Amino acid sequence: MPLSTQSQDDEEHYVLVASLDNARNLSNILKAITFKDHAVFTATPNGLKVTVEDSKCLQANAFIQTEIFQEFTLKEDLVTFQINLTVLLDCLNIFGGNAVAGTSTALRMCYKGYGYPLTLFLEEGGVVTVCKINTQEPEEPMDFEFCSTNVTNKVILQSESLKEAFSELDMTSDVLQITMSPSQPYFRLSTFGNSGNAHYDYSKDSDMMELFQCTMTQTNRYKMSLLKPSTKALALSCKVSVRTDNRGLLSQQYLVRNDDGQICFLEFYCCPDEEVEEE
Amino acid sequence: MQCVVTGGNVKVLAKAIHSLSRIGDELYVEPQEDGVSFSLQLTVFLCRYSIPDGRNFRCKIAIKSVQSVFRSLATLEKTVEKCHIELNEQKDRLTFTLHCKHGLLKTHNLSYQDSESLQAVFNKDTCTNEFRAQPRVLVDTVAHFPPSLEEVTVTVSDERMWVRNHVEDETERSKAMLTELCLASDEFDHFVVKTPNSVTFCLKEFRGLLVFAESSNLPVSMYFDEPGSPVVLSVTDGVLEGNFVLATLSDDPSLPKNKTGSIAHAPPSPPPDDFMNDDMDSYLIAMDTSVASGPSTAGPSASTLTDPCTSKLPEANHRTRTHSEEEEEEMEDGSERPPNKKFRSLFFGSVFPPSPKMSTQPVTTQEVLASDSEDES
Repeated sequence: MPLSTQSQDDEEHYVLVASLDNARNLSNILKAITFKDHAVFTATPNGLKVTVEDSKCLQANAFIQTEIFQEFTLKEDLVTFQINLTVLLDCLNIFGGNAVAGTSTALRMCYKGYGYPLTLFLEEGGVVTVCKINTQEPEEPMDFEFCSTNVTNKVILQSESLKEAFSELDMTSDVLQITMSPSQPYFRLSTFGNSGNAHYDYSKDSDMMELFQCTMTQTNRYKMSLLKPSTKALALSCKVSVRTDNRGLLSQQYLVRNDDGQICFLEFYCCPDEEVEEE
Repeated sequence: MQCVVTGGNVKVLAKAIHSLSRIGDELYVEPQEDGVSFSLQLTVFLCRYSIPDGRNFRCKIAIKSVQSVFRSLATLEKTVEKCHIELNEQKDRLTFTLHCKHGLLKTHNLSYQDSESLQAVFNKDTCTNEFRAQPRVLVDTVAHFPPSLEEVTVTVSDERMWVRNHVEDETERSKAMLTELCLASDEFDHFVVKTPNSVTFCLKEFRGLLVFAESSNLPVSMYFDEPGSPVVLSVTDGVLEGNFVLATLSDDPSLPKNKTGSIAHAPPSPPPDDFMNDDMDSYLIAMDTSVASGPSTAGPSASTLTDPCTSKLPEANHRTRTHSEEEEEEMEDGSERPPNKKFRSLFFGSVFPPSPKMSTQPVTTQEVLASDSEDES
């Protein structure tokens, strides 16, 4: 196989080598967070984390654990770089974006370290492509200090019902208001558009509600433009966890099953609009 | 005002709203004794209905707002169990609450404007002409007209209905493509003509209604009297009754006028579907004669033309009803129209002046041309 004809020397110089038999297991997940051009890649012994941020108010993280990869070799404890995500996705889909039954693109991702480009070896049907993408100095991702001890309200829903609500949301509304409460209306999504307001209420007894842990009534508004990117993640997912902390910061976690049935996670953090109403 | 719509009726209501959106931008909501009216002009009968006081109230709302409540018809069918509609006058809100499966509740609070009560004056029961057909028949008929066409003219006799595109100007008429379809009375479930007449109304609204009728598989009823009075299109099943009242052009010189309204002035009735007699010669001569005996072309007065035709040449008029089968456009009843004009557009490019001399011309040797662009002189 062409990919194994690399010299021994090269192998020794790579600080990160990650291989996938099916590149879609990476590209599909990354598509859900491509709302900005640049992403920060962080590799740890746990796996790969890809972070995209927008105006310090929104952060998305994609987690692809070590177990997903056919090979995952890390010579250092932490390897991080910034790269153009759009270019990376174009390369991962270089053999065509559409999935053809029975064929898949194999990927070997290699990185020599600071200052070196990210090298991608892609193979499909005996044809090999080598891509070298320049890397940049990684920007420190925002630390929202969202920790489970500060979580006030948490629900886990099956994505199916949320998908329906999000597809119908009134886009003339600037904000999406989320109300979570131990009493009625339990979990409510509200919009305030040109024709009036609309509310989507999920009962805590609904069979779509897998977990309902709300300790206090909280109502927060988030800019619609900041929540829109998460709809791609919602579309891929089968379950979603929605949490808010005492500051009204919103955390959405999406459980995604890839082509091989393995689990990956997508996470979004969103800052509330300035006037936070807490009752 | 509060009411509840349950089960499959929610989808019917949604389809009705989408259908109305093709016609207008604003929806008038008016609670009535036996239901809520969403005009133009749709009355929905609901399962449970209560109105605290009998005060007459009507509001106006942008139809797009209501459409957003019933956005996806497919999901509506699968997930919505019932729809609760409430009018809150104090807060100026019309609230639609959709109770869906899996404990999901969708509430839409729409703002509206007060509006005066508008009631189109019409009474289906007194209309002299009444028809009912399966929606497919009418859908297939209007399919022949271009989407940009604004108005159609419907002409009826005791056995037939003609539908053709309406062209505004006299001058344009000679340049425009005229499309005409003829429907026999047996294509209708119900066909009663007491006043043979023509009415011209808006096609766009008609199409909107047909979409709704076809998707709900409901027959369409049509009622009208005369030009100027509205034409009422109606669809009904046990639960729902929709009446679309369309205005008609009040005076159109190109339309056949029936002065007395009696059947005596109706076109002479030949054997209805006798297309076998293809005698062009006699036909041409007959037409020629009818032109010659009538008044000048300037002012078509249908009844005066009709009489000579009817009385002098009944046989010839019989032949005017025959058609060469390859003609796609059916000949309208010639005796009620300015015959030379119609005649010209179908058979000949030349103009037939009302002169007795013409009757001796060997008209059969003339070429059959498409309608020319010369003005009628």
